Order: sequence, then structure tokens, then C-alpha cells
Amino acid sequence: MNTATAPEMEIPAVVGSEELDRREAVSETVGDITHPDPVFTCRNVTVWYGDKPGVQDVSIDIGRHEVLAMIGPSGCGKSTFLRCLNRMNDTIEGARVEGTLELDGQDIYDPALFVEELRTRVGMVFQKPNPFPKSIYDNVAYGPRLHGMTRSKADLDDLVRESLEKAALWNEVKDRLDEPGTGLSGGQQQRLCIARAIAVKPEVILMDEPASALDPIATAKIEELIDELRENYTIVIVTHSMQQAARVSQRTAYFHMGRLVEVGPTTEIFTRPRHQLTEDYITGRFG
Amino acid sequence: MNNADDAMDAISSPVPARLQRLRRNIRRRRRAERRFRIYGVVAVTIGLVFVLFLFANIVAKGWSAFLLTHVQLDVHFDSATVDPEGDRSPQSLARGDYAKLVKTALRERFPQVRKRRDKRALYKLVSSAAPYVLRDRLLEHPEWIGRTLPVWVPASDDVDLWMKGQVASADVRLDEKQRAWLSALIEQGRVEKRWNPFFFSRGDSRQPEVAGIGAAVAGSFFTLLVTLLLSFPIGVAAAVYLEEFAPKNRLTDLIEVNINNLAAVPSIVFGLLGLAAFIQFFGVPRSTPLVGGLVLALMTLPTIIVAGRAALQAVPPSIRDAALALGASRMQAVTHHVLPLSLSGILTGTIIGMARALGETAPLLMIGMVAFIVDIPRGPLDPATVLPVQIYLWADAAERAYVEKSSAAIMVLLAFLLLMNLAAILLRRRFEQRWQ
Ligand SMILES: Nc1ncnc2c1ncn2[C@@H]1O[C@H](COP(=O)(O)OP(=O)(O)O)[C@@H](O)[C@H]1O
Ligand SMILES: [Mg+2]
Repeated sequence: MNTATAPEMEIPAVVGSEELDRREAVSETVGDITHPDPVFTCRNVTVWYGDKPGVQDVSIDIGRHEVLAMIGPSGCGKSTFLRCLNRMNDTIEGARVEGTLELDGQDIYDPALFVEELRTRVGMVFQKPNPFPKSIYDNVAYGPRLHGMTRSKADLDDLVRESLEKAALWNEVKDRLDEPGTGLSGGQQQRLCIARAIAVKPEVILMDEPASALDPIATAKIEELIDELRENYTIVIVTHSMQQAARVSQRTAYFHMGRLVEVGPTTEIFTRPRHQLTEDYITGRFG
Repeated sequence: MNNADDAMDAISSPVPARLQRLRRNIRRRRRAERRFRIYGVVAVTIGLVFVLFLFANIVAKGWSAFLLTHVQLDVHFDSATVDPEGDRSPQSLARGDYAKLVKTALRERFPQVRKRRDKRALYKLVSSAAPYVLRDRLLEHPEWIGRTLPVWVPASDDVDLWMKGQVASADVRLDEKQRAWLSALIEQGRVEKRWNPFFFSRGDSRQPEVAGIGAAVAGSFFTLLVTLLLSFPIGVAAAVYLEEFAPKNRLTDLIEVNINNLAAVPSIVFGLLGLAAFIQFFGVPRSTPLVGGLVLALMTLPTIIVAGRAALQAVPPSIRDAALALGASRMQAVTHHVLPLSLSGILTGTIIGMARALGETAPLLMIGMVAFIVDIPRGPLDPATVLPVQIYLWADAAERAYVEKSSAAIMVLLAFLLLMNLAAILLRRRFEQRWQ
């Protein structure tokens, strides 16, 4: 079709739209990638899996105490980019990260930086709830114990309670803290994982499709929770549900085929998308 | 109504050819299936019959070794004979002449025996270990000195075989007189098959009636202890390193292939290796549980490493991710979560490896653990033999009386193996429940 018009383009014509300006999609992200008070500053981030790129040339700021939603068709690199932010990509054999990622002005890929420290500052909640096969209490207490955050058993008890309360789970589990975390329902397990992440007092919480394995009621609870957590934490959430992104986030980033296509305030992205690809995605023409 | 009738009609009307072919085909497949199931049942039955035959054979031959014919003698514990120092101290009692007590008791029981040759034949009715039995009893009960008491002492192996009916008349080693005396004793109720106290407590012996597996069991214990202490930590560490830390490259691939191959190397090769490396090069004393354990550890290592890696792999990566994302180091993720979760799997593999090591004979023959061991080894540096080697030795012995010992030792060995496998199964079941 129009292969001749764009020789340097790497995005194949998934979209049947003729009038698409794909040149822009490759070179530039549409919208304002900056934020006046950034926690994370990411510039030209490219992740290679072997010689195959997972994401390419992503630049974006993540603002303090905002909820940033990352949306896009599956395989577009949302998880890959998210994992850069707490260096979980380090654990993947053959993964290589290029570009700069700064947390409060500090390069997080600086070899002198302790990755353990980064991960206490940037917590993560995974797609599938993954509580340890230990008691509810031990799940939450694991991080604080690991980092020696409390002086006494009473302190630890308080921290566990506080974390479970923040994760809106305390009332459901306060009488059975000794029971295994794996015995909870899926939604409760995910909130337990959030409590576990909160317990180490992170500044940023990364969530990779935290509700994708949950039923609608549990999902609603998680969304409510995210809204409350925003007061104290910066949250980056990957989701495949546009409604969810619209409900919980202030800013939205749309990824496509490893590229960050468009960033903007959530309301604008969903009402007045500027890029053709974004529009196609949110109007449900593909994805 | 009408419609339904029409439908019925369609069904009962002659079956179209296509369906008939299909049905024929299905019938054929069903028959094939039935045949296949019968093959399976037959195969399992044959296997079971063999195993049962083997077990029945061993038990039938071996159970009698747990009993030993005893003769009751009225022993007079003459104080001058048993207590040469006259102070009743254990040292003095240990030096007493107990053989004399036995002989005296026998002579008094059969006063008509006068001739020297006959007396000697008479003495042969009881085991030459009988005096030691008397000594041990007296050391327990010093108050018996000076009294006359009925005591059960082991009979000789010839009497034992005769009583157990295990001799063909051609090789009866009791002469007519001895048989007459024995009959007299039996009539008086002074001959009994009783629990054989020597079988589990004693080492090997030239007198079959008092030969036991005690030394071999102790040898097996120390050997396996050395094997476990070496192969478990090294095996687990190797498995953890290879599975959790090692980069995936040519070298680690090569190592992996080699470890898998090592698990299939014939055990005698490990014996030769042990002989050359441990005994000839490092000078580890031969015939000891230490060198045996070293050799068996080499043999068990690959089993533990392979099982350990499988167990580590079975722990979902999400658990590692969870720990790492909370700021745990890789080592902490492994020691706090992955290792505890895979421990029962690792232990299962270890037990299976240990069970194999327990039954191993060939490599131990190469390193001199085939010696005639009377004393029970007290540590891994004492000369020792192991249970399967003891079985091998007895199975090879010329005397008829060792046959039952050999079978009984096999029973004990099988019991140990069964216990270990049971433990492995229980562990595995617990392991499986964890990730339902
Ligand atoms: N561990 C990995 N090894 C190799 N390729 C990967 C790995 N993880 C993801 N990828 C590839 O990177 C691309 C982006 O994947 P991902 O970030 O998981 O997408 P998303 O989360 O948006 O669905 C995909 O093409 C995927 O196949
Ligand atoms: Mg993903």
C-alpha cells in the first residue's frame, strides 16, 4: 500500500487507516511528556531482549503523586517499560536497557547504586497475585524485617496493621493474620500484595495489570484503593482496560508496537486523542 | 406430536451406510482398546508375581535367622571359677573361666558320658559363644555367684540347623550319640528356638550361630553419614548455583550435560576412581566408612543435583519476583523463599540417592570394604563393611548356616529401603499439596 511513502518506518500497517501519519508515530511522542514535579525522568529508553527491542526510544516524566496509566495493545511493551523503573528487567536473561532513567535526579542504572535500595523506593504489584506461601502477617512483615525497619515486635505489629489498613484489607483479615496468605480470595491476595509493597514505605508503586485476574467487584475495590493511595504515593499502572485507566489515572500514556505514541491528561486522551493510533485504540477499532 | 413422530421415524429407519461404517470403525477401536487394557493387566500381574515370588522366597529362607536354637543348662556359678580375684569386681568377673561352667553343666546333665572323645562331642552341642553369654549374664547379675541357675545358652550351628530342619540327611553333622543327647534334652524341654539376640547386635563371625549384621549396619550407617554430609550440602549448593545464579552459556550447558551423564555412570567406575584418587593419591585409609562414603558421595551427587534443580525449577518465578521487588537480594530470595519451598523436593531426591547408596556393593568392593569385620565400627575411621557387602559375603560362604543369614540380611536391607522410599513418597505428597 503505502510502503513507499515511509521507508524508515518500523511500524507495519496493522491499522488499515490510509490517512494515518505514521512518520510522527515513529519519531515523536504526541503530547507533553514532561511534568513540572517529576519523580521519574525517562529519556530515550530502549530495552533489548537479545537483538529484539521490547520498547524503543521512550521518553516520559512521571509526576509526584500522580497516577499514570499505561495502555496499549498486548505486546506493545507496557510491562517492559514498567520493569525498567525498578530494574526488574535485570532478572531477565539477555535483557539490556539503554537511555537514561532518573529517580529524583539520580540515575537508577548507575552501577554504584544498590538495586535493593531502588526497589525499596519503587515497589511493585504483579499481574497475578503472588503472596508468599506464608501467613498473612509474615507476608506483610517480610519487607520491614528484611530492611530492619522496626525496632520491636510492637513496632512491626503496628506497621503490619497500618499497611493492611492502607490496603483496605485489615478488617477482613485482622482475626486471621496467622492463616496462609495463599488461602485468601484473588482480590484479597492482590490487596495483600499491595499491603506488602506499602509496608516497605516506597515512594512509587508500579502495578502491572493488577486487576486483570480479578472479578469486577474485586477490581472495583482495587481501583478505589488506588484512588486513596494517590495521596501518598506515585502510582504507575499498566492496564488493558480503558475504563480502568479513565477511572483511576490523571495521565495516560498510549504504547504501540514498542513505541510511546501519545501522552496526555487522561480526560484529553479519552475525549480528544490527537494521534490516529490512539484514537483507533480507544474507539475499539483494534487492540 | 407429529413432528416428534417424524423424528423417531428418521432414527429407526435403516442406518445410512456412512453411519454404519462409522460404527464398525468405533467397534474396532473399542476392541483394540480392550485388548490393550488386557495387555496392561497381564504385564502388571506378571511383574507382581515376580516380586511376590522374590519376597516370599527371601522371607521363607530368611525368617528363621531371627530365631536361634537355645539349650537350657543348669549352671553352677562357682565363685572360684568365675571370680578369680574373689572381689566380685567386673574386672575379676571378666576373667572367669566360663567355658568350664558350660562343660561342667553339660557333664552333670549327662553323667553317663565318660570317654574323652564323647565329652568333646557333647560339648559341641552348644555354641562356642556360650561362655560369653554366661559371662555377660553374670556381669549383669553378680548376685548369682555361688548359686545354681537354669540359663539358656545358644546351641551350636549344627544343632540349630538340625532343629530348623534345614539339613538334608546327607550332610547331617551330628553323630548318633549327639542326636540321642539332643533328643533327651528336647524331651526335658531344654531345647527351644528363641529370639536370636546376636543377629542384630554382633558382627560377622566364623561361628554362624552368633554371626550378625550389627557391624554391617553400623558400617552402613557411618558410610551413609559421610555420604550425606558430603553430598547434600555440595549437591544443594551446586543445584542452587546452576539454577539460580549461573549465567546460561556454553560452559554451564556443558556442565549440565556432564552432570546428567554422571548420574548414569556405572557405579563400579566410581569405585575405581575412589581407589585411584582417595586411597592411592590422598591416602585415605582403605576399608573405612570414610572412603566408602566419599565414593558413594561422588555417585550420589549427580542424583541430588538433578533432583535439586528440578525442585528449584518447580518454584514459580513469581515468588522470586515478589521477594526481589521488595528489595531482597538474589541470595535472600533464594534462602528465604525458593529453597524452603523446594526443600521437600530436594530431600526426596536426596533420600532416593541415599537409598541407592545404601544398596550399593560394587564400588565398595573396589575400596576394600569387603573385609571380614567382627568388631562393630565405632566411627568412620574403623574398618567396616556394609549391609549389601555382608549379604554378598554370606551368600558366598560355604557353610549352610549362612544361607538364612544372607536372606535375613536382605530382609533388613529391604526394610530400610522401603522405609526410605516411604519417607520420600510422604515428602513428595506434601510437596505436591503446596502448589495444588
Ligand atoms: N522475557 C522476554 N524475553 C524476550 N522477549 C520478551 C520478554 N518479555 C517481553 N518480550 C517481548 O517484548 C515485547 C513487549 O512485551 P511486554 O512488555 O510484555 O508487552 P505488554 O506488557 O505491553 O503486553 C513483546 O514483543 C514480547 O514478546
Ligand atoms: Mg504485560
